[in-house]
Amino acid sequence: MKTAKIVGQIPPSGIRVFFDLVLGMKDVISLGVGEPDFVTPWNIRERAIYAVEEGYTSYTSNKGLVELRREISKFLKNKHGLDYDPEEEILITVGVSEAFDLSLRAIIDRGDRILIPEPAYVSYRPITMLCGGTPVSINTSPGSNFKITPKDISRLCDKKTKAMILNYPNNPTGASYSKKELKAISEVILKRDLIMISDEIYGDLTYDFEHTPFATLPKMKERTIYLNGFSKSYAMTGWRVGYACGPKSLIGAMTKIHQYTMLCASIISQMAAVEALKSGERSVQEMKREYRRRREFVISRLNEIGLSCHRPEGAFYAFPSIKETRLSSLEFSRRLLEKEKVAVVPGTAFGSLGEGYLRLSYASNMDKLKEALLGIERFVKSLSQI
Amino acid sequence: MNEIIEILERDARATPEEIAKMLGMTSKAVALAIKKMEKEGIILKYKAIINREMSKEERNDVRALIEVKLTPQKNVGFDHLAERIYQFPEVTSCYLMSGTYDLLVVVEGGNIHTVSSFVSEKLSPMEGVRGTVTHFILKKYKEDGDILKQPERSKRPAISL
Repeated sequence: MKTAKIVGQIPPSGIRVFFDLVLGMKDVISLGVGEPDFVTPWNIRERAIYAVEEGYTSYTSNKGLVELRREISKFLKNKHGLDYDPEEEILITVGVSEAFDLSLRAIIDRGDRILIPEPAYVSYRPITMLCGGTPVSINTSPGSNFKITPKDISRLCDKKTKAMILNYPNNPTGASYSKKELKAISEVILKRDLIMISDEIYGDLTYDFEHTPFATLPKMKERTIYLNGFSKSYAMTGWRVGYACGPKSLIGAMTKIHQYTMLCASIISQMAAVEALKSGERSVQEMKREYRRRREFVISRLNEIGLSCHRPEGAFYAFPSIKETRLSSLEFSRRLLEKEKVAVVPGTAFGSLGEGYLRLSYASNMDKLKEALLGIERFVKSLSQI
Repeated sequence: MNEIIEILERDARATPEEIAKMLGMTSKAVALAIKKMEKEGIILKYKAIINREMSKEERNDVRALIEVKLTPQKNVGFDHLAERIYQFPEVTSCYLMSGTYDLLVVVEGGNIHTVSSFVSEKLSPMEGVRGTVTHFILKKYKEDGDILKQPERSKRPAISL
């Protein structure tokens, strides 16, 4: 059967084969995971079990449970001073992935250009293409700690440029932005009349300064779609709950698409998310301290081993360079897996700009991290002896 | 300093070099801080957590919680009596409680008889002890924050984006 042309044009995920190799192997020490290494806190799980017992098994309002929208509104107000009306400016989605998809579908007209700092999360480029948009890459490199500058935006902007996607802290590079840096970016966004799609799913995991939501910057709230969810902060990846906040017109448009495609997020997950917001802040802080220690450990070990690595300011990923070894990302990862049973993600999973890098997740306990880094050390040494 | 404690409480075997890397300090500074805390008695000692049910050794695997009622003494309250009680090697923990009794004494012994003879021969006859109630522990599920079984294998896939 013939599929749509556009599907054929989406770059295939070249590392599927590598992923299958990892998943088929036993006793792998994994630094390849894009999710926290613990299960959802018990109080949240218990709430979901109880919700099922109580008979909460129906659809919810398309926008999501009003109780959850109110909690999110309250949470954003308390934590960041952000004001979103739970009735018209918040939409509950099936993870940030859906919220992201809806954002692009709601704004892209055929031929619109969307700026994407790269290396980037895997879905940004394909979804832009599926919506009929043209992805425009903003190259980032370790020289600038994988950050973009206002100049980059100006240089690449033209009349057809509609929006920019900014993910900070970034998956895979860990790059994040201080308030000052964001302010400078926001000035160009305003000048060029762009929409900002701000994916802040790792916002709670910012280590060296306070995380600043893009929408808190002057004049940005009316042109920003703020995306966040429960996956990373509350270890709730499998529950699939996220949310989008933004101006009424955009959230309204997104809700329209959402009601025809998803209808609503799972009521059980939404109930659990309410509990997460009511209880969670303390454990989030504890988790952040733990991740920060792991970050320091991993970065310092990687540099010791000779894989140069900048200090990521957030998320739970290190993104070291392996250019010295002269192996491709995929080759390095494959051989490391075969020799030492250590799984990492080749940088090329995040676009061609990821060539020469690896993504190492430090969402693993200390013992595993130590063991994995010893494996990497042995592997790198064995390379230099040839 | 507090973060060093947090790390050691979770893994007492973490070396000063490793802790230094985690906290961005020099290992010398970490070693010094640990020494200081040991000297000041903030860190008392380092122990392994044993799951007795798995270890198959019969030693000290019977444990009882004993509620003890005391007659307080002039000037020292319960402290002297508590001291006389907690010095016994059978006593693993001893707390002064609010409520219907005064001391909660945790006693460990090789079998039920060693524990009961401790209660009947040493604890109960002691001057100032007005009465005891002994509860034997049948099974331990969780102790001091540690769940006493082998952690389950992680259910998350080994690689994801």
